[in-house]
Amino acid sequence: MNEFVSRIRERNMKKLVIDPVTRVEGHGKVTIIMDDQGRVDRTRLHIVEFRGFERFIQGRPYWEAPVVVQRLCGICPVSHHLAAAKAMDLVVGVGPEELSPTAEKMRRLMHYGQMLQSHALHFFHLCSPDLLFGFDSPVLKRNVLAVAQEFPEIAKQGIFMRRFGQEIIRATAGKKIHGTGAIPGGINKHLETADRDAFRKDIEQMIEWAAAAVGLVKQVHGKNPTYFDNFGSFPSNHLSLVGKDGALDFYHGTLRAIDDQGHKIIDQVDYTDYLRHIGEEVRSWSYMKFPFLRKLGKKLGWYRVGPLARLNTCDFIPSPLAQKEFEQFRAYTNGKPNNFTLHYHWARMIEMLHSAEVIKQLLADKDLTAGELLRRGKKRGEGVGVVEAPRGTLIHHYKVNENDQIKMCNLIVSTTHNNEPMNQAVARVAGQYLDRQQITEGLLNHIEVGIRAYDPCLSCATHALGQMPLQVELENSRGEVIQRAERGSGA
Amino acid sequence: MSDKIKFLMEGKECTGKPGQSILQAADDNGVYIPRLCYHPDLKPGGSCRVCTVNVNGRNMAACTTPVADGMVILNETEELRDLRRALVEMLFIEGNHYCPFCEKSGNCELQALAYRLKIMAPRFPYMFPERKLDATHPAIFIDGNRCIQCGRCVRAAEEVDHKPILGFIGRGVAMRIKAGSSKGLAGVEIGPEDACVKVCPVGSIIVRETAYRTPIGKRTYDHQPIGSDIEARAPES
Ligand code: FES
Repeated sequence: MNEFVSRIRERNMKKLVIDPVTRVEGHGKVTIIMDDQGRVDRTRLHIVEFRGFERFIQGRPYWEAPVVVQRLCGICPVSHHLAAAKAMDLVVGVGPEELSPTAEKMRRLMHYGQMLQSHALHFFHLCSPDLLFGFDSPVLKRNVLAVAQEFPEIAKQGIFMRRFGQEIIRATAGKKIHGTGAIPGGINKHLETADRDAFRKDIEQMIEWAAAAVGLVKQVHGKNPTYFDNFGSFPSNHLSLVGKDGALDFYHGTLRAIDDQGHKIIDQVDYTDYLRHIGEEVRSWSYMKFPFLRKLGKKLGWYRVGPLARLNTCDFIPSPLAQKEFEQFRAYTNGKPNNFTLHYHWARMIEMLHSAEVIKQLLADKDLTAGELLRRGKKRGEGVGVVEAPRGTLIHHYKVNENDQIKMCNLIVSTTHNNEPMNQAVARVAGQYLDRQQITEGLLNHIEVGIRAYDPCLSCATHALGQMPLQVELENSRGEVIQRAERGSGA
Repeated sequence: MSDKIKFLMEGKECTGKPGQSILQAADDNGVYIPRLCYHPDLKPGGSCRVCTVNVNGRNMAACTTPVADGMVILNETEELRDLRRALVEMLFIEGNHYCPFCEKSGNCELQALAYRLKIMAPRFPYMFPERKLDATHPAIFIDGNRCIQCGRCVRAAEEVDHKPILGFIGRGVAMRIKAGSSKGLAGVEIGPEDACVKVCPVGSIIVRETAYRTPIGKRTYDHQPIGSDIEARAPES
C-alpha cells in the first residue's frame, strides 16, 4: 500500500503527514500541525495545482478542446468532454436549447452512463471497504479485494454496474475513456440499435442493484446513526446546476446556491455569467484556489458541490424510484439541507439510482437512433460550458480568437469547489479523533474517510503534468517556516 | 520487348508492366510495401525511404526504382522492418505528434504505419520542436507540429492543382512547410477541394471544422491495418 506516516519533531511541534491519501484518485497531502501537548493546532489539505491544460491548450483550434481537455481525468473524462463541448457549442453559435434533440439526448445518455459508472466505482471500489468493515478495521481489510471475499455479491454488482456505464460511454463516445462523441454544435453518431437493445436487456437489473445500493447505505447508517451523522460534519452552503422547475439535472440547468438553512443565495443564474457570482481566492499555502460566492465574500462564501449539494439544492428528482428515496433523504433533516459529510454516500447512491432510471427513459427514445446530429449558428468568440460532474459542478470557459484559436481557458473543477469543505472536514475529523490521542492507523484513516466522502479527484483538480515535485513545509504557530522538505509526488 | 516484366517478390513469381515502379508493381500483385511520401496520383517523391526494399542484395526505394525483369525483391526481412521502424520513429520524435487528441487519429497514415510496424515507443529521445500553426485562412489550417515533410502537398499543388502555393523553407530537421505568401495561408488560394489539402497523410493540413466528425469505429484504420486494401487485391494473372 502506498501509504506512510512520517513524523517530524522539531521545537516540540509534531508534523504528521499522510501522503498520499490512499484511494483518492490522484495525489493529495494532509498536514496536521500539533502543539507540544499533542493537540491539533491546524490542519491543511494540500493539493498541488499546476494548471497545465489551461496553458497547454492556448493557440490550439477550438474544436480540439472537448477531446484534449478530457484528458485531465481518467475517471470522469466525459464531464470535461461535455463541459468543453457545451462551451464550444456557444462558440459555433448553438445555444443549449438549440442543439438537435438527437445531440442533446446522446450527450445526456453519455453523461448519465458516466455518472452511473463513476458512482459505482466510488462506492463499491473505494468506499465499501470503509463502510462495510468500519473505519477502524485493519489495513489489510480495507480494500476491494477483502470486500470481494466477504461480500462477493456486492463486489460483483459494483463491477457489473461500472461496466454497464462504461459500455454506454463506448456506445455514445466511441471509446470507454477519452472518446470523441460530442463535437461543437452536436454529436458525431447515433446510438446503434444493437447497442440499444443490449442495454435495454440489462437496464432493469441495473436499476434493481442501484436501489439495493441505496438500501445498503441506509443499513450501514442505521447501525450507528450518531456516528455516521457527526463524522466530520459541518454546516455549509451548497451549489449546483438545477434543471427546469428545480429538477435534479446533471447535464444542463441554471446555477443555484443555498445556505445551510436552505435559503437561496443565488438562483436561476445563467452559468455563462458565473464570473459575476463565483470568485476564486488564492491562499499562499495551497496551489489550489478556493472558490467562493461573491455575494457572501471570501470568508463566508465557500460552499459544497457534488451529490450532497445537488440533493440539497434541487426541489425534486425526475424519476420515480429516486424521487421516493429523495423524499426519505429530505425527511431525515426535516426538509432542511443535509450537512452531514458522510451522507454524501447516501446522496451518491440515490443519484446512481436516478442515473439508471434516466438511462432507461432515454433508451426508449427514438431520437437516439435517428435524427439530425449537428447544427451551426453564428460564430462567437467566447463560450462557457457547465455540467454537473459526478463530483460536482464543473465549469469550462474559453475565449477564441478570429482564427479559431483558443486564447484563454479557465476551468473550475468539482474538487476545487470542494477545497474549503475538504479542509473543513479534515479539521473537524482531526479535532474529533486525533486530539490528545495516540496516533493509530485507524485514526489516520478517519481523516482519509473525511476527504474521501467528497470523492475528490485530485489528479483532476491538480491538472498535474507528470511528476510535479511537492514541497513540504513545517510552520510554527507564528507562521514561521521551521523546516522545508521537497520530494517527488510520484511516490 | 514483352509487355510483362517478371520478378520475384519474397520468393513468389510476380509480373509487372514496363514503366512501373517496384512499389506499383507490388501493389498490383497484392503485396504491400510500407510507404509515406508516395501517393498514387503524384510523381514519386522518394524522400521518406520507408518503402525501402532489398533488390538483388541492395536496398533501394521501391517508389522510385523501376521494376525490371529478373529482380529478386525482399520486402519483409527483419533488417528492413527495423529500418522502417527507425525511420517512422524519427518522424515521431522530430515533430509533435499527440495521437490521443489529434483529429486525424484513426485516419492518419503515420499513426497507422506505426501500428502496422508494431512501434511501441521510439528508440530516440523526443525533440519537442517549436512548430507553428498557420490559422490565417478561413477554410484551411496548417499545423506544423504534425508535418512529416513528405512533400505530397507540394507536389499535388504543382502537379494536380497547377498552382505552386506550398513549399519548404529551411533544411534538414529545420525544414518546414510554408504557404507561398508573406501573409501565410491567408494570401493564397486554397480550399478543401484542392488535391494539396486532400493528400496530407497526417493531421498537418486540415479543413476547418471537420474534426472528429467520423465516430471512432468508422475511421479508415479502426479495423484494418494500413495496406490491407492493397493486400486484398487479387494478383493480376
Ligand atoms: S514512399 Fe518511397 S521514399 Fe517515401
